Amino acid sequence: MSTTTTRDLANPAPAKASQARPRRGLRGSRTLNFWLFISPFLIGLIVFVYVPIGWSLYLSFFDARFTVTPDKFVGFDNYTYMLTDPKFVGSLGTFTVFAAFIVPTTWAVSLGLALLVNRIRFMRAFFRSVFFLPTACSYVAASLIWKMSIFSGVRFGLLNTVLGWFGVDSVAWLASPSPPWYWLVIVTLRLWLQSGFYMILFLAALQNIPGELYEAAAIDGAKRGWQTFRYITLPQLRATSTAVVLLLLIAAYQAFDEFYNLLDKTTWGRPPLVELYATALGTSQDYGAGSAGAVILTLLIIIVTLFQGKIMGFGRGEESK
Amino acid sequence: MSAQSNTNWSRRSLFRAAAGMAAAGTLAACGGNNGRGGGSGSGTQLTQMFHAYGEAGVEQAVKRYPTAYKAANVTTQWITSSDYESKLFATLLTKSAPDVFEFHPQIQMVKSGQVADLSDIINPVKDDFNPADIKSHTVDGKIYGVRMIDDPQFFFYRPSLFEKAGVKVPETLDELIEISAKLTTSKMKGLYLGNDLHAIISPLIWSAGADTLDDKNQIAYHTPGVVEGLKKMRKLFTSGDLLLGAPTDYWDPSALNQGLCAIQFCGMWAMPQFQKALGDDIGIFPFPKTVDSGKQSVYNGGWSMFVNAKGDHVDAAKEYVKWLWIDQKKDQEDFATSYGFHIPPRTSIAASATKLKSGLPAEGVKLFNEFGHFDNIGWTQAMIQASWDVLANCVRKSGDPEKALDQCDTTVNRELKKLFG
Repeated sequence: MSTTTTRDLANPAPAKASQARPRRGLRGSRTLNFWLFISPFLIGLIVFVYVPIGWSLYLSFFDARFTVTPDKFVGFDNYTYMLTDPKFVGSLGTFTVFAAFIVPTTWAVSLGLALLVNRIRFMRAFFRSVFFLPTACSYVAASLIWKMSIFSGVRFGLLNTVLGWFGVDSVAWLASPSPPWYWLVIVTLRLWLQSGFYMILFLAALQNIPGELYEAAAIDGAKRGWQTFRYITLPQLRATSTAVVLLLLIAAYQAFDEFYNLLDKTTWGRPPLVELYATALGTSQDYGAGSAGAVILTLLIIIVTLFQGKIMGFGRGEESK
Repeated sequence: MSAQSNTNWSRRSLFRAAAGMAAAGTLAACGGNNGRGGGSGSGTQLTQMFHAYGEAGVEQAVKRYPTAYKAANVTTQWITSSDYESKLFATLLTKSAPDVFEFHPQIQMVKSGQVADLSDIINPVKDDFNPADIKSHTVDGKIYGVRMIDDPQFFFYRPSLFEKAGVKVPETLDELIEISAKLTTSKMKGLYLGNDLHAIISPLIWSAGADTLDDKNQIAYHTPGVVEGLKKMRKLFTSGDLLLGAPTDYWDPSALNQGLCAIQFCGMWAMPQFQKALGDDIGIFPFPKTVDSGKQSVYNGGWSMFVNAKGDHVDAAKEYVKWLWIDQKKDQEDFATSYGFHIPPRTSIAASATKLKSGLPAEGVKLFNEFGHFDNIGWTQAMIQASWDVLANCVRKSGDPEKALDQCDTTVNRELKKLFG
């Protein structure tokens, strides 16, 4: 490939390069360097990602209870069990509801924040930092704050205190699924943690929109506000929006921490990962069924991602700009 | 020029060195921090695993006892997460599995060959143990665990509040629901059963005259009495008289001690903390009759020591368990009565435990003896989990109790089939 170019860039005195050449010898060979730099990560990837995936596939065909080195082959039994298990199937439904709600909401909130912060004339750095800061907080820590101080069910919980001022009885936010107040807890938590990060992405994209476009639009008679936003800003943000939606979907697939920490011993509000954790690492230690569930979930994720890529045209981001 | 190429060279070698160090560091990190200590002591290295007891001083005590043991160096894994069983089960499959661990008697641990037969160390002192504790650890004549403590679970209440509200100690679930309503004020809820209610499912079953499993290891909980009890629980759950979403769970005495409720379901272990916070204003009663034909009940929970049969040092681990939990009676009494209150499973220690002889602790022992139900070794964690789901599905959620129990039956039968064929 462009060997010379890179060396030229790295070493702008080509005439003298021959001096360094003998030193390179074997040790300096590109192949060796390639493996030297790649191997730590490659080994990590193989040991911690590919081997477990392969092992999981293997386990899913065995009766693996209380063991990860099973010997009883059961064919597709684990798959039929998981696909007929109302809990696992229900968890897919829970996830769909969750994703359908959290993805557009976070998208809208972070875009809104970005527009506001972008417009602001004073204390810009302050507002950007303030909204971005929650990203640095862990889901577990945030869950505990949400559970024990803001949405605590007792009368001195933050929200219950506020309700108390208006004479409303205390609400046990996380105890019961009807009314489903637990969604309020989960959604606000995730919004608080995530919006700041995506706001930064949108902010960067907003600042990339050339000012001439707005000027031209103004000359052509476009009204400030909605019209400009709808026909200039939003189309210009298309590539970023697509990326944000994709990232949000992935984050939703991975939802685990807050559900695990907020909802104790429930049979509702359990996304697939929590359900699989309970199956494989919970009380029944059924690694076979858990792995089968993981494989099913992986297949679903692949299908959805491919489908989404087709619809939203992730790869076409550049052209559409 | 040569200076430049030198810079180049050294930069490259620096990277190489850095990459090498990073790789070495990663490998080294794999070896360390597996909870087995530094290996400085002589003899065998043993690891013991405990869940985090809530009472002050227990952790120090658990770590102090083995320092007097000469034959092995024992390190302690103190698990603070709320799901001790998941952590334990998962760790047992790995290389850093503990050699000895505390848990409850459950037959799947025996069937999967996870726990070692301890008959030879227990048999010589078998008669000194509470017969029920021996029975609950026995499978096919072999004893698989040494009971350390028995923990009866019952209600704690404040008599002064009862007097003020003009109510008396309830004997039926209906009465409990009724007085909970009377005790509820704008500042205080009448009753606390834990945030997810899971602790009361077994007492609810027993107090309805049913049982978890029968003698032939078949489902015995699916009765009209239990269905009725679940319906009553749903009524209680939606009444607004139940404390929900409290900062601490049922096993912690804070809810009652801090005036969040008038009655709390808890365990004997928390008795010293209740007495310290409330003085004489504390009383106890068993789980009331779910239906009129039932009988009051108390769950005699507790913890037992098991030896990991798949560990590297089974014999050394058995020796250690014998030394501490059979021979060292002073430590056993200290463990049972110096921090929280627990009932010593051994008659000889119970006889000398003066702290449990009078007052409220003595009443606790009386409830333990009169209404107590011990663990059934066939009732495993997966079945327990299924019974918790019943509460979630038809008490916390407005589901049909029959349907919730049917679902539980499916899970329990699947487990029973795997365990007993």
